[in-house]
Amino acid sequence: MALTVDSLRVYYQTLRGEVRALDGATFSLADGEIMGLAGESGCGKSTLGRSLVLLKPPMAYRGGGVRLDGEDLPIADREKMAPLRLAKISIIPQYAMNALNPTCKIGRLVEDLLEARGVRARTVVPELKRRLDLVELPPDVLRMYPIELSGGMKQRMVIVLSTLLNPSLLVADEVTSALDVCTQRAVGKMLVQFRDRGFVRSMIVISHDLSVLYQITDSTLVMYAGKLAEKAPTEVLVRSPTHPYTEMLISSLPEAGGRYPERKLGGIPGSPPPLLDPPAGCRFAPRCPITVDRCAEEPPFVEIAAGHWVACWKAERDHA
Amino acid sequence: MLELEQVTKTYRLGAFGRKSLRAVDGATFGVARGEVVALIGESGSGKTTIGKLVLRLLSATGGRILFADKDIASYHGRALKDYYRRVQGVFQDPFSSFNPVFKADRVFGVVRREYFPSVAGGEWQSKLLDVLKRVGLNPSEVLGKYVHQLSGGQLQRLLVARALLLDIELLVADEVISMLDASTRVDVLNALASLKEDRRLSILFITHDLSLAYYISDQAVILYRGAIVERGRIEKVYGNPLHPYTQVLMASVPRLDAKWESSSVELKCELVEPTVGCVFFSRCLFPRRDAECRTRRPGLQEVEPGHFVACWRQGSRTSGVAHPSGEKQQGRGSSFGSG
Repeated sequence: MALTVDSLRVYYQTLRGEVRALDGATFSLADGEIMGLAGESGCGKSTLGRSLVLLKPPMAYRGGGVRLDGEDLPIADREKMAPLRLAKISIIPQYAMNALNPTCKIGRLVEDLLEARGVRARTVVPELKRRLDLVELPPDVLRMYPIELSGGMKQRMVIVLSTLLNPSLLVADEVTSALDVCTQRAVGKMLVQFRDRGFVRSMIVISHDLSVLYQITDSTLVMYAGKLAEKAPTEVLVRSPTHPYTEMLISSLPEAGGRYPERKLGGIPGSPPPLLDPPAGCRFAPRCPITVDRCAEEPPFVEIAAGHWVACWKAERDHA
Repeated sequence: MLELEQVTKTYRLGAFGRKSLRAVDGATFGVARGEVVALIGESGSGKTTIGKLVLRLLSATGGRILFADKDIASYHGRALKDYYRRVQGVFQDPFSSFNPVFKADRVFGVVRREYFPSVAGGEWQSKLLDVLKRVGLNPSEVLGKYVHQLSGGQLQRLLVARALLLDIELLVADEVISMLDASTRVDVLNALASLKEDRRLSILFITHDLSLAYYISDQAVILYRGAIVERGRIEKVYGNPLHPYTQVLMASVPRLDAKWESSSVELKCELVEPTVGCVFFSRCLFPRRDAECRTRRPGLQEVEPGHFVACWRQGSRTSGVAHPSGEKQQGRGSSFGSG
């Protein structure tokens, strides 16, 4: 297992109390696995991704453990994490492509990054150029300012940068959003190619768009209101979702050829519970069409088939 | 009802306006009563500019925009205000459309003050409840709330309701669902679609999401770098895309029933340079592109009833489109429409 996360809890400290954005996550990632992480805004998917790399205030570590390649990852200790970032575990935060320093040429940026990790830039340049070539960026980009690059070019540059030291794990947060469909497709394919070529061992791809995740991931984890709802091989998750939330999420997406009003789509009525003081029991219960008495207790995240995990009492009973 | 005739918008760039950028280049299309027209294109294709031109937030450099047979450029003062009684817009980010200091339903008060100062309180209230119901909102859940207490989907539908208070005939919906979650997005789409059915509202639906456009639209207009490359009945455009750009778009849509093909779409030529020829020349994958494509801009030609394409090499498709990988493909994206 490349990555194991065990009952990880990360809360946000606010003046009104702690917001339980990630409330007990347990899952693992195999070597070479690309896992999609999906859910609505505010469900804790970005919190999970970011806490693995840079856990800083107002985020607060509240328990649980993370192991990467068989070693404990000291996510709560920012000092100890510093040498591991970029080298062992790397993240592309949301909007990263627009956060490139505008006064600094791309080449300078690369040097700065590498030197911060004690790597001589010159030793990496041949490999860097090879990878730029692979993603169809001319080597000239190193002499350009970020403003001279298009959105797609910047996003590709960011991916090349963050994987330059061949990390074991890459967390890619919404890298395909805000791109045109053609560019989106190219970036998605590029992520898969980087895994295939061994530039990155495994990946967590965070996106709100299930149809993009379906194109590039091996497995998908769906989160709801700070909890894990369902994890399964992507094909299984899309074809036969088990958690009612996953099911409703998928049925709210337009099918090819589906039109109003012949194939009217349904949304999910209601909204997620406040995470400042979440109610006990299953957090989806207030919006769920098939609740039973037992939903007042919190359902455990259990494996109902090989690699298929669900947190729902109904699913557990059906597969018992 | 709405007609655009050779509409062009040029922006001046550089310190003294020496350079210029054609954001919209000779756009001609119409929106009929009760029709949803999807304006589809990537960022920088000019789709938002067209929306702003129709809303008179910008004025056109060339061409005419006719609403009910009158040129909208001639409207000033009172006449312009009357125009806004009939045409309204809703934009991408619902959170920034409201002032967070005030309650969200203040937007209704503004409409009342500006347009209906003589309407009595009781009558106004029933009118308000009626429009809220039309967009599928529960008045007790949204009235008297602040912006941070409402979801993006609710805010977006409040804005649609605000537009409906004015008995509008045309709604310009610019990326209204791109910032919303999948579960709430559908509610906004269904609200728009039912308005089209019940009130024969016309909608100019500006989007980059092809599947959602297909869900509610009747007509599709595909834009590339300011120019319309293909337009027509949406089933025809999706079922039988004829322009090479439309074909690339259709093949790139992420879907849950099919994976992206293994071949890669060319990405090299993203650099935008002004051209006198076909706007898509540098990225075109058609086999027989030649001097004509480089030097002359193709106009829209009707290839079948109600289906227009701007491409010199239209004929070459009949022999199958040569894909970069060399394989031949036909009927791309045919699972979308009846074809």
